[in-house]
Amino acid sequence: MADPIQANPISTRSPVTAPAVAPQAPAAPGVAPLEVAFAIKGFSLWYGANQALYNVAIDIPARSVTAIIGPSGCGKSTFLRALNRMHELTPGTRIAGDLRLFGEDLYAPGIDPTVVRRRVGMVFQKSNPFPTMSIAENVLVGLRLNGVNDRVFLRERLEQALRMAALWDEVKDHLSRPGISLSGGQQQRLCIARALAVQPEVLLMDEPCSSLDPLATAKIEELINDLRSSYTVIIVTHNMQQAARCSNRTAFFYLGKLVEYDQTRTIFMNPSNPQTEAYVSGRFG
Amino acid sequence: MASPSGDPASRVATKAPPSSGARWPDISFRWLALLAALTTAALIVLVGWELYRGSRQAIAQFGLNFLGSSAWDPVTDKYGAWPFIYGTLVSSLIALVIAVPLGVAAALYLTEMAPLQLRQPIVTIIEMLAAVPSVIFGLWGIFVLIPWLRDHLFVWLKHTLGFLPLFQGPIYGVSMLAGGIIIAIMILPIITSVSREILRSVPDLQREAAYALGATHWEVIRIAVLSYARRGLFGAAVLGLGRALGETMAVTMVIGNRPVISASLFAPSYTLASVIANEFTEATTDMYLNALFELGLVLLVVTILVNIVAQLMLRTLSGGASGKVN
Repeated sequence: MADPIQANPISTRSPVTAPAVAPQAPAAPGVAPLEVAFAIKGFSLWYGANQALYNVAIDIPARSVTAIIGPSGCGKSTFLRALNRMHELTPGTRIAGDLRLFGEDLYAPGIDPTVVRRRVGMVFQKSNPFPTMSIAENVLVGLRLNGVNDRVFLRERLEQALRMAALWDEVKDHLSRPGISLSGGQQQRLCIARALAVQPEVLLMDEPCSSLDPLATAKIEELINDLRSSYTVIIVTHNMQQAARCSNRTAFFYLGKLVEYDQTRTIFMNPSNPQTEAYVSGRFG
Repeated sequence: MASPSGDPASRVATKAPPSSGARWPDISFRWLALLAALTTAALIVLVGWELYRGSRQAIAQFGLNFLGSSAWDPVTDKYGAWPFIYGTLVSSLIALVIAVPLGVAAALYLTEMAPLQLRQPIVTIIEMLAAVPSVIFGLWGIFVLIPWLRDHLFVWLKHTLGFLPLFQGPIYGVSMLAGGIIIAIMILPIITSVSREILRSVPDLQREAAYALGATHWEVIRIAVLSYARRGLFGAAVLGLGRALGETMAVTMVIGNRPVISASLFAPSYTLASVIANEFTEATTDMYLNALFELGLVLLVVTILVNIVAQLMLRTLSGGASGKVN
């Protein structure tokens, strides 16, 4: 059992070992968490000749939820995808600047993007379970890719990931059913479990509730709330109530620039930038 | 078949302009189109009927024995279809074994790996392969492929895999295996282009799901692309089989045209399509002609069944895997 963990580069620094572990420092709102997960300076990104991000500088704290808001096309999804180098799947992209995760430059030469993506997991707008795989296979596919075969270990991880994704009680009796037999909201939580099973250091969520009904949305928000004490979560959302409800800090992007970044309460109650105020009060966007 | 999709649109169109003058071209065009659709459907029924009419004597004489019998003797007027059915099935299977991996691999390269500016030229070249007349492949088979197989590949196969009954016996060149290889080349374009369409229909979100887990390019292809597309790829293979069964000209030029059943792939064989093409002019007796008609009927039925299976598989793909996500 020690071997697969060692072989898995994620676990060495993973903040979570068991679902029930209490966080050492529950980040009370208003108290800045100590450790910085992402330290980003002067980060720009181009799609061909079009610049999508301008000189973004931001420090994203560990073990908290950071929301990214902004109108469509403001670069928030692009920014999120740059955090685990997913944007590189689009041909013709180029970046400049400095982007570090726990001090390590993710864009340094010699850094393998597949390793970055194992450390920084991602959940997408639409749930995308693998249709030919069962619920259990979907959750464990990332570990299997890493060569983990220990059945006891996989079984533990399966339960742990599904519990963290608040799905265990609903699926524990039919883990071998196809993943796509679940409802939309359950599928999205299955995708969250799949991302959590490899124990990434950070979980990125790209509008994870945009295709879900309010009830399923509430479940996911609750789950994000539970994750915040032990995980670094970065969530892009169109829904300002959602950002207000479940994040510690909020970043407002507009036209590819980071306009304002502060405690969520400050952004919504007392923003310092007039553009932020206009956006959060619903006057544009 | 066209009406369910055409209906709502035409209802909207007929409701929108209140004047009845705009309606009659609509209606008459609809009937005309229906007539055209029915004509196409009627043709296949007509072909089947004519084949049945032409083979009635043989059907009455031999009954179901015709399918299982190995006799093919115009002198005594005894006929059986089994060696031809066997030759057709085996040569087509050989073709699939060769063409499916090649076609799917080519399609994978074209959808997942090839540089964008290279994709269209390659697709065009592969489609040109489909435009080469069958007889050209046959000529190439006789003058290039057969000598090479006889002097090199077959010798090597016999030497290394000779312990298998498949690769024993005398080598003539013209053979079941040569027929299979020629068919493989001819069905490669259809398998490649259908597979390519299937792979292109795999949602990018599936690929991203795998990439986000830290999968390498090959792992993404394996867990996200191929497994998603597997049913459709199977459909592409069955569609290829449908083509393979009916290939005539090139096959008859290289397969040896002898109605024998041998375990060895080096032995000559004969297919349903090639025996019909070869012996039609020599069919002097009524029963001979009837037997050839019946072979045609068998070929038609088998080909139609295979194509129906292929269409069903390709159709369930679009509604099956992706439809339930959401």
